[in-house]
Amino acid sequence: MSQPPASLDQVLERPETEVLVRARGLTKTFGSFTAVDGIDFDLYRGEAFGFLGPNGAGKSSTMRMIGCVSPPTSGELSILGRDPVRDGSAIRARLGVVPQEDTLDVELTVRENLLVYGRYFGLPRRVIRERTAALLEFVQLADRAGDKVDPLSGGLKRRLTIARSLVNEPEILILDEPTTGLDPQARHVVWDRLFRLKQHGVTLILTTHYMDEAEQLCDRLVVMDHGRFAAAGSPRDLIARYCSPEVLELRFDPALHDVAADKLKDFSAERTEVLADRILLYVPDGDAALAAVRAGGLEPLTSLVRRGTLEDVFLRLTGRRLED
Amino acid sequence: MAASLALPSSVRPWSLSFRAFQCWLTVYRRIWRSSIWSSVLGPVCYLGALGFGLGTLVDKHSTASLGGVSYLAFVAPAILASGAMNTAMGEASYPVFGSLKWNRIYIGAQASPLRPADIFRGHLMFMVMRLAMNCAVVVLVMWAFGAIRSPWVVLAYPAAVLTGLAFAAPIAAWAVTVKVETSFTYIFRFVMMPLMLFSGTFFPLSQLPAGLRALAEAMPLWHGVALCRAFSLGTAAGDPAGMLGHAVYLAVLAAVGIWAGARTYRRRLYV
Repeated sequence: MSQPPASLDQVLERPETEVLVRARGLTKTFGSFTAVDGIDFDLYRGEAFGFLGPNGAGKSSTMRMIGCVSPPTSGELSILGRDPVRDGSAIRARLGVVPQEDTLDVELTVRENLLVYGRYFGLPRRVIRERTAALLEFVQLADRAGDKVDPLSGGLKRRLTIARSLVNEPEILILDEPTTGLDPQARHVVWDRLFRLKQHGVTLILTTHYMDEAEQLCDRLVVMDHGRFAAAGSPRDLIARYCSPEVLELRFDPALHDVAADKLKDFSAERTEVLADRILLYVPDGDAALAAVRAGGLEPLTSLVRRGTLEDVFLRLTGRRLED
Repeated sequence: MAASLALPSSVRPWSLSFRAFQCWLTVYRRIWRSSIWSSVLGPVCYLGALGFGLGTLVDKHSTASLGGVSYLAFVAPAILASGAMNTAMGEASYPVFGSLKWNRIYIGAQASPLRPADIFRGHLMFMVMRLAMNCAVVVLVMWAFGAIRSPWVVLAYPAAVLTGLAFAAPIAAWAVTVKVETSFTYIFRFVMMPLMLFSGTFFPLSQLPAGLRALAEAMPLWHGVALCRAFSLGTAAGDPAGMLGHAVYLAVLAAVGIWAGARTYRRRLYV
């Protein structure tokens, strides 16, 4: 079992609020493969908590355990104060789940999808009808209520999945990569709706490998890699802790890339990352650093000065890029 | 939005299964018209070709080995029983596989209070409904063809549904574990077809050599055919113990399937 990093202890010391999900040494193995390797966390009511990491980091396995559809191999897990193995059905009645891949019935209409789902939760038809109207309004699909799902775009399907996940008025909404595969505009609509849900007091748990998504939505997040937490904190904390204020991105002629990388090793950056196509210099002042690089006789094809992001944090912590 | 929900601790297990069944009803409402036509066409073709076509030829010779009835009356209840088997195979194979892999109905349902066993039993309820519908159609077609010899046929109907369930439950329990869909083709070709041909359906088992006959009599479809035929021809009263034996055989098979399905669904969905 991995010990939580010291920073996690700080995160855990929050003012007394209700813990909705509590995990200690939570582990999931499939045969000899360890997907989740002894993680500890507490999720509080009303917050948006993110699991950030590349594919295969153990995010989805963790989500499935919280969603009570995958029994933990070992460790403790309690959701809404209950045991997910013994009380899975009762816990799931109070959860909403937006899975990574939509599970909508594309042969049915938008409205019928909510009806079927509402019946799973044992809601009376009248209640489902009322909630359907409000939820479709909320995800801006009211005018498509009678349409079949099949021809809807990916963005609209995602919004329908979100509406469907809310039909039981869940206390916790679990979202596994809610905007993967959507175009930028559709992503922004989804983020806006999720943000509103948070304002309404719904606790959000989400996984993502998009740093901007995590920055937009999450109050707190953990960076996950190889089934463990590499770091935990608010997006701002993490960037402050693991990244310089500015990042200078340099792109050289491919023929000169290695030579430039070699020379820049001696450059007085806080840290240098040599990627396949770019060189990143972590510095306090990007413009000053660029001037210094040029003064040293190196002329990049393109250069970009930007602020540090969670992507840089991830690179620093794991040595790999998020979307690889 | 964060209103607390009452926990369904008072919910009875079967009511959860019924919720899953309702999902299938909603889906079926979209396609029932076309499905009715195909379930009428099958028995009409079989009884037309076998009963009238082949039957005319057979009836010219002695029908003593058929029990002295016309070939149409002999073959019709077997079409009822084997039709139930085919409906069961159709409803319990690809639809179960597809609910995991294609439209992912099971995966969606899994995130609700429904447990894997509820998802299984709800789907099985729907299969029984489809069996009840299709078998009713076959009985009506039999009646229209004048192939029924006895009012006992009202018991051939539940017997056929039971035959279907004896196939549907174990097949669904297995289908949920299937990784590649080609497995179903093998079952159709190497299990369903031989059963259909050698279960006393188109000719009496007395025509087979003793070894093959014993094998056929151990197979579930033969028990379904024997039961349906005895009720349709009105010969059941002469062998009540035999009838009970057939029914118990089929009921045990169904029960084993229902027991196994709750386990295989859990293993497959709850990983």
